[in-house]
Amino acid sequence: MDNQASVASVESGQGKPLDQVLQQIAEHKGCGTSSEGGKASCGSSTAPEDMDPAIWEKVKNHPCYSEEAHHHFARMHVAVAPACNIQCNYCNRKYDCANESRPGVVSEKLTPEQASRKVLAVASTIPQMTVLGIAGPGDPLANPEKTFKTFELVAETAPDIKLCVSTNGLALPEHVERLSQFNIDHVTITINMVDPEVGQHIYPWIFWKNKRWKGIDAARILHEHQMRGLEMLTERGILCKVNSVMIPGINDKHLVEVNKAVKSRGAFLHNIMPLISAPEHGTVFGLNGQRGPTAQELKALQDSCEGEMNMMRHCRQCRADAVGLLGEDRSSEFSTEKVMEMDIQYDAEGRKAYQEKVEEERQATVLAKQAEMAGLEAEFSDLKVLIAVATKGHGRINEHFGHAQEFQIYELSTQGSKFVGHRRVDLYCQGGYGEEDTLPTVIRAINDCVAVFVAKIGGCPKDSLKAAGIDPVDKYAHEFIEQSAVKYFKEYLAKVKSGEVVHEVRGDADIRQGAYIAA
Amino acid sequence: MAYKIISSQCTACSACEPECPNNAIREKDGTFIIKPEKCSECIGYFDEPQCVAVCPVDDTCVIDNSYPRYVAA
Ligand code: SF4
Ligand code: SF4
Ligand code: SF4
Repeated sequence: MDNQASVASVESGQGKPLDQVLQQIAEHKGCGTSSEGGKASCGSSTAPEDMDPAIWEKVKNHPCYSEEAHHHFARMHVAVAPACNIQCNYCNRKYDCANESRPGVVSEKLTPEQASRKVLAVASTIPQMTVLGIAGPGDPLANPEKTFKTFELVAETAPDIKLCVSTNGLALPEHVERLSQFNIDHVTITINMVDPEVGQHIYPWIFWKNKRWKGIDAARILHEHQMRGLEMLTERGILCKVNSVMIPGINDKHLVEVNKAVKSRGAFLHNIMPLISAPEHGTVFGLNGQRGPTAQELKALQDSCEGEMNMMRHCRQCRADAVGLLGEDRSSEFSTEKVMEMDIQYDAEGRKAYQEKVEEERQATVLAKQAEMAGLEAEFSDLKVLIAVATKGHGRINEHFGHAQEFQIYELSTQGSKFVGHRRVDLYCQGGYGEEDTLPTVIRAINDCVAVFVAKIGGCPKDSLKAAGIDPVDKYAHEFIEQSAVKYFKEYLAKVKSGEVVHEVRGDADIRQGAYIAA
Repeated sequence: MAYKIISSQCTACSACEPECPNNAIREKDGTFIIKPEKCSECIGYFDEPQCVAVCPVDDTCVIDNSYPRYVAA
Protein backbone atom coordinates (compact mmCIF):
# COMPACT_ATOMS: atom_id res chain seq x y z
CA MET A 1 0.00 0.00 0.00
CA ASP A 2 2.28 2.79 -1.09
CA ASN A 3 -0.27 5.53 -0.68
CA GLN A 4 -0.49 4.63 2.96
CA ALA A 5 2.05 7.25 3.90
CA SER A 6 -0.17 10.08 2.82
CA VAL A 7 -2.96 8.93 5.10
CA ALA A 8 -1.08 9.29 8.30
CA SER A 9 -3.73 8.23 10.74
CA VAL A 10 -5.36 5.38 8.86
CA GLU A 11 -4.61 2.03 10.36
CA SER A 12 -3.19 -0.41 7.91
CA GLY A 13 -5.12 -3.44 9.13
CA GLN A 14 -7.55 -3.78 6.24
CA GLY A 15 -5.55 -3.37 3.09
CA LYS A 16 -8.63 -3.37 0.86
CA PRO A 17 -8.50 -0.59 -1.70
CA LEU A 18 -12.13 0.44 -1.22
CA ASP A 19 -11.66 0.45 2.46
CA GLN A 20 -8.77 2.79 2.08
CA VAL A 21 -10.54 5.15 -0.19
CA LEU A 22 -13.48 5.29 2.16
CA GLN A 23 -11.21 5.83 5.09
CA GLN A 24 -9.64 8.72 3.29
CA ILE A 25 -12.95 10.36 2.64
CA ALA A 26 -13.84 9.94 6.23
CA GLU A 27 -10.46 11.29 7.24
CA HIS A 28 -11.23 14.25 5.20
CA LYS A 29 -14.67 15.06 6.34
CA GLY A 30 -13.97 18.37 7.90
CA CYS A 31 -11.71 20.84 9.55
CA GLY A 32 -9.79 19.69 12.51
CA THR A 33 -11.34 16.26 12.58
CA SER A 34 -7.96 14.69 12.86
CA SER A 35 -7.79 11.25 14.37
CA GLU A 36 -5.21 10.24 16.90
CA GLY A 37 -1.82 11.26 15.63
CA GLY A 38 -3.21 12.66 12.41
CA LYS A 39 -2.87 16.10 10.97
CA ALA A 40 -5.87 18.33 11.04
CA SER A 41 -7.32 18.06 7.56
CA CYS A 42 -8.26 21.59 6.76
CA GLY A 43 -9.22 22.68 3.31
CA SER A 44 -11.48 19.72 2.89
CA SER A 45 -13.47 21.37 0.15
CA THR A 46 -10.88 20.18 -2.30
CA ALA A 47 -10.48 16.48 -2.80
CA PRO A 48 -7.38 14.90 -1.37
CA GLU A 49 -4.75 13.95 -3.91
CA ASP A 50 -5.18 10.23 -4.06
CA MET A 51 -8.90 9.98 -3.67
CA ASP A 52 -11.22 8.80 -6.40
CA PRO A 53 -12.92 12.06 -7.42
CA ALA A 54 -16.19 10.23 -8.05
CA ILE A 55 -16.38 9.15 -4.45
CA TRP A 56 -15.36 12.56 -3.21
CA GLU A 57 -18.19 14.07 -5.26
CA LYS A 58 -20.54 11.65 -3.59
CA VAL A 59 -19.78 12.74 -0.08
CA LYS A 60 -18.53 16.29 -0.02
CA ASN A 61 -21.95 17.96 0.04
CA HIS A 62 -23.54 15.34 2.18
CA PRO A 63 -24.67 16.70 5.50
CA CYS A 64 -24.45 13.26 7.05
CA TYR A 65 -20.84 12.72 6.16
CA SER A 66 -19.21 16.03 6.41
CA GLU A 67 -19.60 18.03 9.54
CA GLU A 68 -18.35 20.96 7.56
CA ALA A 69 -20.96 20.44 4.86
CA HIS A 70 -23.75 20.07 7.34
CA HIS A 71 -23.48 23.73 8.16
CA HIS A 72 -24.33 24.49 4.57
CA PHE A 73 -26.36 21.67 3.06
CA ALA A 74 -29.52 20.09 4.29
CA ARG A 75 -31.34 16.83 4.21
CA MET A 76 -34.95 15.99 4.71
CA HIS A 77 -36.87 12.95 5.74
CA VAL A 78 -40.27 11.69 4.79
CA ALA A 79 -42.18 9.10 6.76
CA VAL A 80 -43.67 6.69 4.23
CA ALA A 81 -42.71 3.38 5.82
CA PRO A 82 -44.49 2.86 9.13
CA ALA A 83 -44.17 -0.92 9.40
CA CYS A 84 -41.25 -2.55 11.15
CA ASN A 85 -40.00 -6.12 11.30
CA ILE A 86 -38.24 -6.03 14.66
CA GLN A 87 -38.80 -4.59 18.11
CA CYS A 88 -36.18 -2.48 19.87
CA ASN A 89 -36.40 -1.79 23.59
CA TYR A 90 -35.75 1.89 22.98
CA CYS A 91 -38.65 2.28 20.60
CA ASN A 92 -42.32 2.78 21.12
CA ARG A 93 -43.82 2.48 17.68
CA LYS A 94 -46.54 4.95 18.47
CA TYR A 95 -43.74 7.41 17.93
CA ASP A 96 -40.80 7.65 15.60
CA CYS A 97 -38.13 5.10 14.90
CA ALA A 98 -35.22 5.83 17.17
CA ASN A 99 -32.87 4.78 14.37
CA GLU A 100 -33.20 8.13 12.79
CA SER A 101 -35.03 10.41 15.10
CA ARG A 102 -35.77 11.06 18.68
CA PRO A 103 -38.52 9.08 20.27
CA GLY A 104 -41.50 10.99 21.47
CA VAL A 105 -42.23 12.84 18.28
CA VAL A 106 -44.86 11.70 15.87
CA SER A 107 -44.22 12.46 12.25
CA GLU A 108 -46.79 12.72 9.58
CA LYS A 109 -47.30 9.52 7.60
CA LEU A 110 -47.34 10.13 3.88
CA THR A 111 -48.16 8.11 0.78
CA PRO A 112 -45.33 7.85 -1.76
CA GLU A 113 -47.19 10.35 -3.96
CA GLN A 114 -47.60 12.88 -1.17
CA ALA A 115 -44.02 12.36 -0.07
CA SER A 116 -42.53 12.95 -3.49
CA ARG A 117 -44.55 16.14 -3.92
CA LYS A 118 -43.35 17.33 -0.55
CA VAL A 119 -39.76 16.60 -1.50
CA LEU A 120 -40.06 18.54 -4.75
CA ALA A 121 -41.76 21.44 -3.02
CA VAL A 122 -39.03 21.65 -0.41
CA ALA A 123 -36.25 21.24 -2.96
CA SER A 124 -37.66 24.07 -5.07
CA THR A 125 -37.86 26.38 -2.06
CA ILE A 126 -34.68 25.38 -0.25
CA PRO A 127 -31.95 24.84 -2.82
CA GLN A 128 -29.45 23.57 -0.27
CA MET A 129 -31.66 20.51 0.32
CA THR A 130 -29.57 17.81 -1.35
CA VAL A 131 -30.39 14.58 0.44
CA LEU A 132 -33.64 12.69 0.93
CA GLY A 133 -34.01 9.97 3.51
CA ILE A 134 -36.88 7.69 4.39
CA ALA A 135 -37.46 8.02 8.09
CA GLY A 136 -39.23 6.19 10.81
CA PRO A 137 -41.40 5.23 12.42
CA GLY A 138 -40.72 1.90 10.82
CA ASP A 139 -38.07 0.36 8.65
CA PRO A 140 -37.88 1.40 4.99
CA LEU A 141 -36.97 -2.12 3.91
CA ALA A 142 -39.87 -3.64 5.81
CA ASN A 143 -41.96 -1.46 3.48
CA PRO A 144 -40.06 -1.97 0.24
CA GLU A 145 -42.89 -1.03 -2.12
CA LYS A 146 -43.58 2.31 -0.46
CA THR A 147 -39.91 3.14 -0.13
CA PHE A 148 -38.93 2.28 -3.69
CA LYS A 149 -42.04 3.94 -5.13
CA THR A 150 -41.09 7.18 -3.36
CA PHE A 151 -37.54 6.99 -4.67
CA GLU A 152 -38.80 6.32 -8.20
CA LEU A 153 -41.11 9.32 -8.16
CA VAL A 154 -38.46 11.66 -6.81
CA ALA A 155 -35.76 10.44 -9.19
CA GLU A 156 -38.04 11.10 -12.19
CA THR A 157 -38.24 14.83 -11.54
CA ALA A 158 -35.21 15.54 -9.41
CA PRO A 159 -32.36 13.21 -10.31
CA ASP A 160 -29.89 15.50 -8.53
CA ILE A 161 -31.31 14.64 -5.12
CA LYS A 162 -29.37 11.92 -3.38
CA LEU A 163 -31.34 9.14 -1.78
CA CYS A 164 -30.58 7.41 1.46
CA VAL A 165 -32.08 4.64 3.51
CA SER A 166 -31.73 3.85 7.20
CA THR A 167 -32.48 0.32 8.22
CA ASN A 168 -32.21 -2.11 11.10
CA GLY A 169 -30.64 -4.49 8.58
CA LEU A 170 -32.96 -7.48 8.92
CA ALA A 171 -34.36 -7.19 5.41
CA LEU A 172 -31.22 -5.65 3.92
CA PRO A 173 -29.66 -8.71 2.22
CA GLU A 174 -32.81 -9.39 0.18
CA HIS A 175 -33.03 -5.78 -1.01
CA VAL A 176 -29.43 -4.87 -1.74
CA GLU A 177 -29.79 -5.78 -5.40
CA ARG A 178 -32.88 -3.65 -5.89
CA LEU A 179 -31.33 -0.81 -3.92
CA SER A 180 -28.27 -0.81 -6.11
CA GLN A 181 -30.45 -0.15 -9.15
CA PHE A 182 -31.52 3.15 -7.72
CA ASN A 183 -29.30 6.13 -7.30
CA ILE A 184 -28.82 5.26 -3.67
CA ASP A 185 -26.09 7.38 -2.29
CA HIS A 186 -25.68 5.71 1.04
CA VAL A 187 -27.28 3.28 3.44
CA THR A 188 -27.32 3.60 7.22
CA ILE A 189 -27.58 0.44 9.31
CA THR A 190 -28.30 0.66 13.01
CA ILE A 191 -26.03 -1.91 14.62
CA ASN A 192 -26.08 -2.04 18.41
CA MET A 193 -24.27 -5.32 18.93
CA VAL A 194 -22.21 -8.03 17.27
CA ASP A 195 -22.90 -10.57 20.01
CA PRO A 196 -26.39 -12.08 20.38
CA GLU A 197 -25.79 -12.34 24.13
CA VAL A 198 -25.77 -8.57 24.21
CA GLY A 199 -28.44 -8.29 21.52
CA GLN A 200 -31.07 -10.20 23.46
CA HIS A 201 -31.19 -7.33 25.97
CA ILE A 202 -31.87 -4.82 23.22
CA TYR A 203 -34.22 -6.69 20.88
CA PRO A 204 -37.09 -8.68 22.43
CA TRP A 205 -38.19 -10.11 19.07
CA ILE A 206 -37.94 -10.04 15.29
CA PHE A 207 -40.37 -11.12 12.57
CA TRP A 208 -38.65 -13.19 9.93
CA LYS A 209 -39.77 -15.93 7.58
CA ASN A 210 -43.36 -15.77 8.77
CA LYS A 211 -42.40 -16.35 12.36
CA ARG A 212 -41.78 -14.33 15.48
CA TRP A 213 -38.33 -15.14 16.87
CA LYS A 214 -37.38 -14.23 20.41
CA GLY A 215 -34.39 -13.98 22.69
CA ILE A 216 -30.98 -15.04 21.54
CA ASP A 217 -32.24 -16.59 18.28
CA ALA A 218 -33.76 -13.27 17.27
CA ALA A 219 -30.55 -11.39 18.05
CA ARG A 220 -28.44 -13.95 16.20
CA ILE A 221 -30.53 -13.78 13.01
CA LEU A 222 -30.56 -10.00 13.12
CA HIS A 223 -26.81 -9.88 13.65
CA GLU A 224 -26.13 -12.24 10.72
CA HIS A 225 -28.32 -10.21 8.41
CA GLN A 226 -26.72 -6.94 9.46
CA MET A 227 -23.22 -8.23 8.77
CA ARG A 228 -24.18 -9.84 5.46
CA GLY A 229 -26.04 -6.73 4.37
CA LEU A 230 -23.05 -4.54 5.18
CA GLU A 231 -20.70 -6.82 3.27
CA MET A 232 -23.01 -6.90 0.25
CA LEU A 233 -23.18 -3.11 0.16
CA THR A 234 -19.40 -2.79 0.38
CA GLU A 235 -18.98 -5.31 -2.45
CA ARG A 236 -21.21 -3.17 -4.65
CA GLY A 237 -19.46 0.05 -3.74
CA ILE A 238 -22.47 1.52 -1.97
CA LEU A 239 -21.37 3.74 0.89
CA CYS A 240 -22.48 2.53 4.26
CA LYS A 241 -22.71 4.32 7.56
CA VAL A 242 -23.35 2.58 10.86
CA ASN A 243 -25.40 4.06 13.70
CA SER A 244 -25.20 2.67 17.21
CA VAL A 245 -27.27 3.59 20.21
CA MET A 246 -25.16 3.75 23.36
CA ILE A 247 -27.00 2.03 26.22
CA PRO A 248 -25.00 2.26 29.46
CA GLY A 249 -24.59 -1.09 31.17
CA ILE A 250 -25.83 -3.01 28.13
CA ASN A 251 -23.68 -2.24 25.11
CA ASP A 252 -21.48 0.71 26.06
CA LYS A 253 -18.23 -1.23 26.31
CA HIS A 254 -19.31 -3.63 23.60
CA LEU A 255 -19.59 -0.82 21.04
CA VAL A 256 -15.82 -0.82 20.71
CA GLU A 257 -16.20 -4.38 19.31
CA VAL A 258 -19.01 -3.20 17.06
CA ASN A 259 -16.74 -0.46 15.80
CA LYS A 260 -14.07 -3.00 14.84
CA ALA A 261 -16.56 -5.36 13.21
CA VAL A 262 -18.17 -2.73 11.02
CA LYS A 263 -14.89 -1.13 10.09
CA SER A 264 -13.49 -4.45 8.92
CA ARG A 265 -16.56 -4.90 6.72
CA GLY A 266 -16.09 -1.57 5.01
CA ALA A 267 -18.43 0.83 6.82
CA PHE A 268 -16.93 4.23 6.33
CA LEU A 269 -18.47 6.16 9.17
CA HIS A 270 -19.63 5.15 12.62
CA ASN A 271 -22.10 7.29 14.50
CA ILE A 272 -22.61 6.57 18.19
CA MET A 273 -25.77 8.19 19.48
CA PRO A 274 -26.87 8.45 23.09
CA LEU A 275 -29.90 6.49 24.24
CA ILE A 276 -32.68 8.97 24.84
CA SER A 277 -34.91 7.44 27.44
CA ALA A 278 -37.68 8.70 29.67
CA PRO A 279 -40.72 6.97 31.18
CA GLU A 280 -43.13 9.13 29.20
CA HIS A 281 -41.84 7.66 25.94
CA GLY A 282 -43.45 4.38 26.93
CA THR A 283 -40.47 2.36 25.71
CA VAL A 284 -39.18 -0.69 27.56
CA PHE A 285 -36.02 1.18 28.49
CA GLY A 286 -37.96 4.28 29.43
CA LEU A 287 -40.25 2.30 31.72
CA ASN A 288 -37.58 0.15 33.37
CA GLY A 289 -35.46 3.15 34.22
CA GLN A 290 -32.59 2.42 31.83
CA ARG A 291 -30.62 5.66 31.69
CA GLY A 292 -28.90 7.27 28.76
CA PRO A 293 -25.21 8.22 28.82
CA THR A 294 -23.90 11.58 30.03
CA ALA A 295 -22.13 13.87 27.59
CA GLN A 296 -18.78 12.86 29.02
CA GLU A 297 -19.48 9.13 28.76
CA LEU A 298 -20.57 9.56 25.16
CA LYS A 299 -17.51 11.56 24.23
CA ALA A 300 -15.18 9.11 25.98
CA LEU A 301 -16.63 6.24 23.95
CA GLN A 302 -16.47 8.22 20.71
CA ASP A 303 -12.86 9.11 21.50
CA SER A 304 -11.93 5.50 22.22
CA CYS A 305 -13.35 4.49 18.84
CA GLU A 306 -11.82 7.36 16.93
CA GLY A 307 -8.36 5.84 16.74
CA GLU A 308 -9.99 2.89 15.03
CA MET A 309 -12.17 4.72 12.60
CA ASN A 310 -13.90 7.93 11.84
CA MET A 311 -16.61 8.84 14.21
CA MET A 312 -19.51 10.99 13.31
CA ARG A 313 -20.24 13.48 16.01
CA HIS A 314 -22.74 15.80 14.48
CA CYS A 315 -25.79 13.56 14.51
CA ARG A 316 -28.64 15.39 16.16
CA GLN A 317 -31.11 12.56 16.10
CA CYS A 318 -33.06 15.17 14.26
CA ARG A 319 -36.77 15.24 13.96
CA ALA A 320 -37.77 12.86 11.21
CA ASP A 321 -39.59 15.37 9.07
CA ALA A 322 -37.31 18.27 9.82
CA VAL A 323 -36.98 20.46 6.80
CA GLY A 324 -34.47 23.06 5.88
CA LEU A 325 -31.02 23.43 7.20
CA LEU A 326 -30.33 20.94 9.90
CA GLY A 327 -31.58 22.17 13.21
CA GLU A 328 -33.81 24.76 11.65
CA ASP A 329 -37.22 23.26 11.36
CA ARG A 330 -39.39 24.61 8.60
CA SER A 331 -41.77 21.71 8.33
CA SER A 332 -44.87 23.73 9.10
CA GLU A 333 -44.42 25.53 5.77
CA PHE A 334 -44.73 22.19 4.03
CA SER A 335 -47.76 20.48 5.48
CA THR A 336 -49.37 17.92 3.19
CA GLU A 337 -52.28 20.26 2.59
CA LYS A 338 -50.08 23.18 1.55
CA VAL A 339 -47.86 20.97 -0.57
CA MET A 340 -50.74 19.41 -2.49
CA GLU A 341 -51.93 22.90 -3.44
CA MET A 342 -48.53 24.31 -4.33
CA ASP A 343 -47.57 24.98 -7.91
CA ILE A 344 -44.16 23.36 -8.00
CA GLN A 345 -41.57 24.46 -10.53
CA TYR A 346 -38.50 22.33 -10.19
CA ASP A 347 -35.57 24.59 -11.00
CA ALA A 348 -32.57 22.32 -11.46
CA GLU A 349 -30.37 25.14 -12.82
CA GLY A 350 -31.17 27.50 -9.99
CA ARG A 351 -30.40 24.80 -7.48
CA LYS A 352 -27.06 24.13 -9.06
CA ALA A 353 -26.09 27.80 -9.07
CA TYR A 354 -27.05 28.16 -5.45
CA GLN A 355 -25.08 25.12 -4.43
CA GLU A 356 -22.00 26.47 -6.18
CA LYS A 357 -22.31 29.68 -4.21
CA VAL A 358 -22.54 27.72 -0.98
CA GLU A 359 -19.43 25.85 -1.98
CA GLU A 360 -17.56 29.16 -2.23
CA GLU A 361 -18.87 30.21 1.16
CA ARG A 362 -17.60 26.97 2.58
CA GLN A 363 -14.14 27.52 1.10
CA ALA A 364 -14.06 30.95 2.72
CA THR A 365 -14.62 29.55 6.21
CA VAL A 366 -11.85 27.03 5.67
CA LEU A 367 -9.37 29.64 4.48
CA ALA A 368 -10.21 31.97 7.34
CA LYS A 369 -9.50 29.25 9.85
CA GLN A 370 -6.26 28.30 8.17
CA ALA A 371 -5.05 31.87 8.32
CA GLU A 372 -5.92 32.08 11.99
CA MET A 373 -4.03 28.89 12.75
CA ALA A 374 -0.76 30.69 12.05
CA GLY A 375 1.01 31.30 15.32
CA LEU A 376 -0.84 28.52 17.10
CA GLU A 377 1.27 25.74 15.63
CA ALA A 378 4.30 27.08 17.48
CA GLU A 379 2.53 26.81 20.84
CA PHE A 380 3.26 23.85 23.06
CA SER A 381 0.46 23.06 25.41
CA ASP A 382 -1.69 20.06 26.10
CA LEU A 383 -4.56 22.24 27.25
CA LYS A 384 -7.92 21.26 25.80
CA VAL A 385 -11.12 23.17 26.38
CA LEU A 386 -14.68 22.92 25.08
CA ILE A 387 -16.75 25.83 23.87
CA ALA A 388 -20.44 26.02 22.94
CA VAL A 389 -21.59 27.94 19.87
CA ALA A 390 -25.01 29.34 19.00
CA THR A 391 -25.44 29.15 15.23
CA LYS A 392 -28.11 29.02 12.58
CA GLY A 393 -25.71 27.61 9.99
CA HIS A 394 -23.40 28.98 7.31
CA GLY A 395 -20.47 28.31 9.63
CA ARG A 396 -21.03 31.54 11.52
CA ILE A 397 -21.85 32.61 15.07
CA ASN A 398 -25.22 34.02 14.13
CA GLU A 399 -27.75 32.96 16.76
CA HIS A 400 -28.87 34.75 19.92
CA PHE A 401 -28.26 32.92 23.15
CA GLY A 402 -31.93 33.05 24.01
CA HIS A 403 -33.06 31.69 20.66
CA ALA A 404 -30.71 28.75 20.45
CA GLN A 405 -32.42 25.36 20.48
CA GLU A 406 -29.08 23.67 20.47
CA PHE A 407 -25.41 24.50 20.82
CA GLN A 408 -22.55 23.13 18.77
CA ILE A 409 -19.63 22.00 20.84
CA TYR A 410 -16.03 22.45 19.68
CA GLU A 411 -12.91 21.18 21.34
CA LEU A 412 -10.00 23.62 21.20
CA SER A 413 -6.36 22.67 21.46
CA THR A 414 -3.10 23.64 19.80
CA GLN A 415 -4.29 21.36 16.96
CA GLY A 416 -7.02 23.89 16.26
CA SER A 417 -10.75 23.50 16.67
CA LYS A 418 -12.56 20.24 16.36
CA PHE A 419 -16.28 19.74 16.22
CA VAL A 420 -17.32 17.24 18.87
CA GLY A 421 -21.09 17.35 19.11
CA HIS A 422 -24.39 19.06 19.72
CA ARG A 423 -26.36 19.84 22.81
CA ARG A 424 -30.05 20.38 22.68
CA VAL A 425 -31.50 22.89 25.09
CA ASP A 426 -34.88 24.31 25.81
CA LEU A 427 -35.54 27.56 24.16
CA TYR A 428 -34.30 30.02 26.74
CA CYS A 429 -36.17 32.90 25.28
CA GLN A 430 -39.79 32.45 24.35
CA GLY A 431 -41.49 35.39 22.76
CA GLY A 432 -38.78 37.87 23.48
CA TYR A 433 -38.29 37.51 27.20
CA GLY A 434 -36.05 35.04 28.90
CA GLU A 435 -37.70 32.45 31.09
CA GLU A 436 -35.64 32.10 34.21
CA ASP A 437 -36.54 28.46 34.77
CA THR A 438 -34.88 27.15 31.65
CA LEU A 439 -31.56 28.91 32.20
CA PRO A 440 -30.26 26.30 34.67
CA THR A 441 -31.15 23.61 32.11
CA VAL A 442 -29.13 25.40 29.47
CA ILE A 443 -26.21 25.78 31.82
CA ARG A 444 -26.33 22.10 32.72
CA ALA A 445 -26.31 21.19 29.05
CA ILE A 446 -23.11 23.16 28.38
CA ASN A 447 -21.60 22.85 31.83
CA ASP A 448 -18.42 21.25 30.45
CA CYS A 449 -17.62 24.31 28.30
CA VAL A 450 -15.44 27.26 29.27
CA ALA A 451 -17.25 29.67 27.00
CA VAL A 452 -20.35 30.09 24.92
CA PHE A 453 -20.15 32.03 21.64
CA VAL A 454 -23.29 33.93 20.72
CA ALA A 455 -24.42 36.68 18.38
CA LYS A 456 -26.16 38.43 21.25
CA ILE A 457 -27.00 37.84 24.89
CA GLY A 458 -28.96 39.64 27.61
CA GLY A 459 -27.49 40.95 30.87
CA CYS A 460 -29.14 38.45 33.21
CA PRO A 461 -28.12 35.24 31.49
CA LYS A 462 -24.66 36.75 31.05
CA ASP A 463 -24.25 37.08 34.82
CA SER A 464 -25.61 33.60 35.50
CA LEU A 465 -23.25 32.08 32.97
CA LYS A 466 -20.30 33.89 34.50
CA ALA A 467 -21.36 32.70 37.94
CA ALA A 468 -21.35 29.16 36.57
CA GLY A 469 -17.85 29.68 35.22
CA ILE A 470 -18.87 29.86 31.56
CA ASP A 471 -17.57 32.87 29.67
CA PRO A 472 -20.31 34.48 27.54
CA VAL A 473 -18.60 35.70 24.37
CA ASP A 474 -20.44 38.02 21.98
CA LYS A 475 -17.48 39.83 20.47
CA TYR A 476 -17.34 37.39 17.53
CA ALA A 477 -20.96 37.98 16.53
CA HIS A 478 -21.60 36.98 12.89
CA GLU A 479 -18.00 35.90 12.32
CA PHE A 480 -16.83 32.44 11.27
CA ILE A 481 -17.07 29.88 14.06
CA GLU A 482 -13.79 28.08 13.62
CA GLN A 483 -11.70 31.16 12.96
CA SER A 484 -13.12 32.81 16.08
CA ALA A 485 -12.62 29.66 18.10
CA VAL A 486 -8.94 29.55 17.21
CA LYS A 487 -8.62 33.26 18.03
CA TYR A 488 -10.29 32.71 21.37
CA PHE A 489 -8.05 29.78 22.19
CA LYS A 490 -4.93 31.80 21.50
CA GLU A 491 -6.15 34.45 23.93
CA TYR A 492 -7.08 31.79 26.45
CA LEU A 493 -3.61 30.28 26.30
CA ALA A 494 -2.04 33.70 26.77
CA LYS A 495 -4.23 34.39 29.78
CA VAL A 496 -3.37 31.05 31.35
CA LYS A 497 0.32 31.80 30.82
CA SER A 498 0.08 35.24 32.39
CA GLY A 499 -1.88 33.83 35.29
CA GLU A 500 -4.96 35.91 34.54
CA VAL A 501 -7.01 32.74 34.12
CA VAL A 502 -6.60 29.53 36.06
CA HIS A 503 -7.40 26.56 33.86
CA GLU A 504 -9.67 24.06 35.57
CA VAL A 505 -11.12 20.84 34.31
CA ARG A 506 -14.86 21.35 33.96
CA GLY A 507 -17.53 18.88 35.04
CA ASP A 508 -19.88 16.75 33.02
CA ALA A 509 -22.96 17.93 31.15
CA ASP A 510 -26.48 16.65 30.65
CA ILE A 511 -27.86 15.23 27.45
CA ARG A 512 -31.35 16.60 27.18
CA GLN A 513 -33.89 13.86 27.57
CA GLY A 514 -36.99 13.98 25.46
CA ALA A 515 -36.85 17.55 24.30
CA TYR A 516 -39.84 18.64 22.25
CA ILE A 517 -42.24 16.00 23.39
CA ALA A 518 -44.96 18.55 23.46
CA ALA A 519 -43.97 20.24 20.23
CA MET B 1 -63.34 -17.94 15.01
CA ALA B 2 -61.43 -15.33 13.26
CA TYR B 3 -58.97 -12.70 14.42
CA LYS B 4 -59.85 -9.08 15.03
CA ILE B 5 -57.85 -5.92 15.73
CA ILE B 6 -58.51 -3.90 18.87
CA SER B 7 -58.58 -0.52 17.21
CA SER B 8 -57.76 1.50 20.33
CA GLN B 9 -54.45 -0.39 20.50
CA CYS B 10 -53.58 -0.30 16.80
CA THR B 11 -50.82 2.15 15.82
CA ALA B 12 -51.84 1.91 12.17
CA CYS B 13 -48.31 0.85 11.30
CA SER B 14 -49.63 -1.33 8.44
CA ALA B 15 -47.17 -4.15 9.15
CA CYS B 16 -49.92 -6.78 9.32
CA GLU B 17 -51.60 -5.86 6.04
CA PRO B 18 -49.12 -7.36 3.55
CA GLU B 19 -48.41 -10.39 5.76
CA CYS B 20 -51.96 -11.74 5.69
CA PRO B 21 -52.16 -14.70 3.30
CA ASN B 22 -55.87 -14.07 2.72
CA ASN B 23 -55.84 -10.32 2.12
CA ALA B 24 -58.20 -10.04 5.05
CA ILE B 25 -56.67 -6.85 6.47
CA ARG B 26 -57.20 -3.32 5.27
CA GLU B 27 -57.10 0.25 6.49
CA LYS B 28 -60.29 1.91 7.58
CA ASP B 29 -60.66 5.32 9.22
CA GLY B 30 -57.08 5.62 10.37
CA THR B 31 -56.88 2.14 11.86
CA PHE B 32 -56.63 -1.40 10.48
CA ILE B 33 -59.40 -3.98 10.45
CA ILE B 34 -59.73 -7.69 9.69
CA LYS B 35 -62.58 -8.95 7.57
CA PRO B 36 -63.65 -11.96 9.60
CA GLU B 37 -65.14 -13.82 6.67
CA LYS B 38 -61.75 -13.78 4.93
CA CYS B 39 -59.56 -14.66 7.93
CA SER B 40 -58.51 -18.30 8.12
CA GLU B 41 -56.50 -17.81 11.33
CA CYS B 42 -53.59 -18.54 8.99
CA ILE B 43 -54.53 -22.22 9.16
CA GLY B 44 -53.16 -24.00 6.13
CA TYR B 45 -50.56 -21.29 5.56
CA PHE B 46 -48.40 -20.68 8.61
CA ASP B 47 -47.79 -22.04 12.08
CA GLU B 48 -48.73 -18.78 13.73
CA PRO B 49 -51.20 -16.06 12.81
CA GLN B 50 -49.12 -13.56 10.90
CA CYS B 51 -50.91 -10.46 12.12
CA VAL B 52 -50.22 -11.48 15.72
CA ALA B 53 -46.60 -12.31 15.02
CA VAL B 54 -45.75 -9.02 13.34
CA CYS B 55 -47.85 -6.60 15.39
CA PRO B 56 -45.73 -4.32 17.60
CA VAL B 57 -48.41 -3.94 20.24
CA ASP B 58 -49.20 -7.02 22.35
CA ASP B 59 -52.85 -8.13 22.57
CA THR B 60 -53.92 -6.06 19.60
CA CYS B 61 -54.65 -8.85 17.10
CA VAL B 62 -56.82 -11.23 19.11
CA ILE B 63 -59.38 -13.99 18.61
CA ASP B 64 -62.83 -12.66 17.84
CA ASN B 65 -65.09 -14.88 19.92
CA SER B 66 -68.20 -13.47 18.41
CA TYR B 67 -67.41 -15.06 15.08
CA PRO B 68 -67.83 -18.76 14.29
CA ARG B 69 -64.73 -20.88 14.26
CA TYR B 70 -62.87 -21.17 10.99
CA VAL B 71 -63.22 -24.59 9.40
CA ALA B 72 -60.56 -25.67 6.95
CA ALA B 73 -62.08 -26.38 3.55
S1 SF4 C 1 -36.06 -0.58 13.92
FE1 SF4 C 1 -36.82 1.48 14.31
S2 SF4 C 1 -39.07 1.33 14.15
FE2 SF4 C 1 -38.25 -0.73 14.33
S3 SF4 C 1 -38.41 -1.15 16.49
FE3 SF4 C 1 -36.31 -0.45 16.12
S4 SF4 C 1 -36.36 1.75 16.49
FE4 SF4 C 1 -38.49 1.07 16.29
S1 SF4 D 1 -54.87 -14.53 11.42
FE1 SF4 D 1 -53.83 -14.78 9.45
S2 SF4 D 1 -55.52 -14.86 8.01
FE2 SF4 D 1 -56.37 -13.97 9.86
S3 SF4 D 1 -56.13 -11.78 9.59
FE3 SF4 D 1 -54.33 -12.48 10.71
S4 SF4 D 1 -52.85 -12.81 9.10
FE4 SF4 D 1 -54.83 -12.74 8.07
S1 SF4 E 1 -49.56 -4.59 12.93
FE1 SF4 E 1 -50.79 -4.14 14.74
S2 SF4 E 1 -50.48 -1.96 15.11
FE2 SF4 E 1 -49.79 -2.37 13.03
S3 SF4 E 1 -51.57 -1.92 11.75
FE3 SF4 E 1 -51.62 -4.10 12.21
S4 SF4 E 1 -52.88 -4.26 14.04
FE4 SF4 E 1 -52.31 -2.14 13.84
